[in-house]
Amino acid sequence: MDLFLQRIFDGFTTGAIYAAVAVALVLIFKATTLINFAQGELAMGGAFVGYIFAVRSDVLDFISEEDTFLKTWVAAILAMIISAIVAMLVERALVRPFDPDDHLPVVLITLGLFLIINAVVGEIFNYQAQNPPMPGLFPNGFEDFWRIGGTTDADGSVSGGARLFWDAAGIVASLAAMLFILYLLLNKTKMGLAFRAVSSNVESARLVGVRTGRVLGFGWALAAAFGTLGAMLVAPRLSLQPNMMAVVLIYALAGAAIGGLDSLGGAAVGGLIIGLVNSVGVGYISDWEPFEFLRAIPLLLSLIAMLLTLLYRPSGLFGTKRVERV
Amino acid sequence: MTIAETETRGASGSSGEIMLSVSGLEASYGAVQVLRDLSLEVPKGEVVVVLGANGAGKTTTLRSICNMVTCSGSVTLDGTEIGKMNTADIVNRGVAHVPQGRGTFPELSVKDNLYVGAYTRTDKSGVEDDIALWFEKYPVLGERHDQAAGSLSGGEQQMLAVSRALMSRPQVLLLDEPSLGLAPIIIEDLFQTFKQINEEQGTTMLVVEQNANLALDIATRGYVLEAGEIVLEGDAKKLQSDPAVQEAYLGG
Repeated sequence: MDLFLQRIFDGFTTGAIYAAVAVALVLIFKATTLINFAQGELAMGGAFVGYIFAVRSDVLDFISEEDTFLKTWVAAILAMIISAIVAMLVERALVRPFDPDDHLPVVLITLGLFLIINAVVGEIFNYQAQNPPMPGLFPNGFEDFWRIGGTTDADGSVSGGARLFWDAAGIVASLAAMLFILYLLLNKTKMGLAFRAVSSNVESARLVGVRTGRVLGFGWALAAAFGTLGAMLVAPRLSLQPNMMAVVLIYALAGAAIGGLDSLGGAAVGGLIIGLVNSVGVGYISDWEPFEFLRAIPLLLSLIAMLLTLLYRPSGLFGTKRVERV
Repeated sequence: MTIAETETRGASGSSGEIMLSVSGLEASYGAVQVLRDLSLEVPKGEVVVVLGANGAGKTTTLRSICNMVTCSGSVTLDGTEIGKMNTADIVNRGVAHVPQGRGTFPELSVKDNLYVGAYTRTDKSGVEDDIALWFEKYPVLGERHDQAAGSLSGGEQQMLAVSRALMSRPQVLLLDEPSLGLAPIIIEDLFQTFKQINEEQGTTMLVVEQNANLALDIATRGYVLEAGEIVLEGDAKKLQSDPAVQEAYLGG
């Protein structure tokens, strides 16, 4: 029971990270029906910007040393703003000049961006795990956990039970907060209304006076900001280095596909499913000897889960089924 | 409709000014030229209809006015040249366009469709009043205000598309084959609504149609488009009795 609970906690934590990146992917997919392969690298770049503010530069030194979390959060928010601006510029300069109906050039551009961002960050910071490490946004010491269950020994010390680490709870709570803010932005603001209109029918959106270019820029900005927050949250766990988001991107893509590429809620659910598949699924199946190899390639199970989902529900769990009226 | 009625409308609706004028319009898709030196005028407060078979360039004409296709030539709205403006600016200046087929946002709720229609407006309470007005006019939209527009029937979607377009309080309403795919009884209803809106709100309309009879009934002027060129133009009544038009568009 303790082990099961532990695996559920772990699954939700990594799942929340995948969900954050999956939501970012879906935001751009909804607006443009294309996958931004540079999403993970944009997030990684954003996390490095946050790292500069939090550790490498002294611009935030006016915040006292005792407030480490405050300083990291301020760095994260600055990083989100900067990555949003950069993403908007990238969209304006590299994506918008191309015909939106012709996907190949834009996909190639996002792939190129993937390589460029990765190489530039690698050149500046090198490809090793950064030292000093990225500070956490939540307390992440060895003792920072709640123990669920467990037994109390005669001498009063507690052992066993499942450990819910504070930063794990923080990551899941951050995802929930992020989804809530996204919901408000999309459903309660005029820009959000325009975004939903563009995702639904670009042509008609233009005909009601929506400046579709600005709306796409808004989508890229939101996606970059949320991706950066995801990367900032995961960095202390994966250790900050230029390749840290490559695997996350693959899991996030699988999550987005399971949830339905055009459903934001679906992307969040899909990300969590992938996290649980990785932790609970891989955990238990690889305990069984013939399948021990799964521990070395946990991605396999996620991809099988994605395949099975798409086989039975081609537009994902929550995606819109495309029915064209003629 | 009698001639006397036409005259009354002419006197009340039109002041003789031109609301929308197109001249020397040329448009092409790749190497195929779709419009050739096309010119037309829509007087203020009147309904003008453009007739033509499939592929004559009717839709392209409307899309050119909103600058949704690559085109050259001059388009003026109430005396201002809008030919080089981008679509959003043209809409801002008072042109509303109901595109062919589904002009709605299928994933958005009925009410959100109307809110999007009022995207260019800044008077919040006026927008709410107008929505209430449309829900009164089309109770079925009011009953389903929370439903996704895509779940409405074809006729209901067309009502929504028209209400959505009028939410922007346009000076000119462009209608692209509003009768397409609708049952005859619904079409008649729809054209009555157009007539009513034109008379009550003085909205100028440019209607592109294959359903010539109904369109000519509510129009004051008409143009006949063939292979991208205007081949015939004149008073709606005269067109309705023109043998060539009768043969081609009114079933003899």
